Amino acid sequence: MHLTLEFGGGLELLLENSTKVHKVEVPPKDGQATVTMRGLLTWVKDSLIKERPEMFVKGDSVRPGVLVLINDCDWELCGGLDAELEEKDVVVFISTLHGG
Amino acid sequence: MDGSAADGSAADGARLPPPRAGSRLCVRCGERKAALKRPKTLEQICRECFYIVFEDEIHQTIVENSLFKAGERVAIGASGGKDSTVLAYVLSELNRRHNYGLDLFLLSVDEGITGYRDDSLETVKRNEIQYGLPLKIVSYKDLYGWTMDDIVKAIGLKNNCTFCGVFRRQALDRGAALLKADKIVTGHNADDIAETVLLNILRGDIARLSRCTLITTGEDGPIPRCKPFKYTYEKEIVMYAYFKKLDYFSTECIYSPNAYRGFAREFIKDLERMRPRAILDIIKSGENFRISTTTRMPEQGTCGRCGYISSQKLCKACVLLDGLNRGLPKLGIGRTKAGAGADSDGKQRAKRTERNTLSLQGKHGNFDF
Repeated sequence: MHLTLEFGGGLELLLENSTKVHKVEVPPKDGQATVTMRGLLTWVKDSLIKERPEMFVKGDSVRPGVLVLINDCDWELCGGLDAELEEKDVVVFISTLHGG
Repeated sequence: MDGSAADGSAADGARLPPPRAGSRLCVRCGERKAALKRPKTLEQICRECFYIVFEDEIHQTIVENSLFKAGERVAIGASGGKDSTVLAYVLSELNRRHNYGLDLFLLSVDEGITGYRDDSLETVKRNEIQYGLPLKIVSYKDLYGWTMDDIVKAIGLKNNCTFCGVFRRQALDRGAALLKADKIVTGHNADDIAETVLLNILRGDIARLSRCTLITTGEDGPIPRCKPFKYTYEKEIVMYAYFKKLDYFSTECIYSPNAYRGFAREFIKDLERMRPRAILDIIKSGENFRISTTTRMPEQGTCGRCGYISSQKLCKACVLLDGLNRGLPKLGIGRTKAGAGADSDGKQRAKRTERNTLSLQGKHGNFDF
């Protein structure tokens, strides 16, 4: 599944070359037709994050204080971890934990 | 503020198929697709309605607490980070829209941390142009004779945040005095204040606990300081900046991984996830603490050297500076009352002291940390 992932608010520092926007191909888990946010988080943690994964995830979700938007909509309105992603969705992660 | 929040998130009803992004309507206008869930009220609202309620609530906070008077010159403490960037944007907007009649400008502090402030100061310089607000930068080097990089070299990474925090408070005051400001506003948000309440409880610091929830501090001094975002959630500030594509800078201070505050911060965020109202509730609890009248509180006087508000003979900044200049950087760190004993030798410090006294016109404020 083609997805565009965007990292901001300092989260980009955990990725290679601090790149903010990543166009990626995420395979659904075995036996499943779609990718859920839960599955995407695991994939991001394993495939994209280069350092300090604890700044991004905690337990099976994002670290509290990290905001998530799916197609510019707060993921809390989209089902959170259970939200099912569709082809060409844009998922944005923004940390609020850095100084202001 | 508004007390209408439904408790908990059970109101979502049975979540059979997870609703797709943007499939719900805004509860305010009933027309557009909801874009976020407000932590304060759990309402689902669209972008346009969010801008309106976000800005209106800040306007209400400003009006209800009489934060400003027409004609005042107001320094916006600007770090280039999300909170102060949104504050500068919203305040200049509200000033125009509601004719506050304020003379606003950006005031930035350069701590002298290589690679940290360089980039964030660039952001503030862009904000100067984007929002048409004049910018003034004051540096630790100018004010104290030391950059944070120099201080870390002298003291190491253990207590450096103490220096930085104490020096930053006074730097804003000194800069504001230099620029003849009547008031300072800072971007401290509801999450920050809840965190400070917790920290002051953990430290048993009753004096600061009773001050840290005040929306305006230092009213008896020449330059009061206020926090228009006292009731504004961090989540909404970041969402606002994101939707409006405001230009802000985010990096962690390179010296901060040791900061004690981080633990309180993480705890607050965990609480927020379980029950977003918790943040406002903690602020409320902080406000409602009643301190027994028989408790002896530290008396607030002024620093014998620089004139800043202090409960000791010398203010914390002068004690810390003393230690640095005498090659005893640990002085003033920890539990010892360094203020009393620090005044024994005078000569070496005389030069610096003189400069500090000269440059400090404003005194005020307490540290609410």
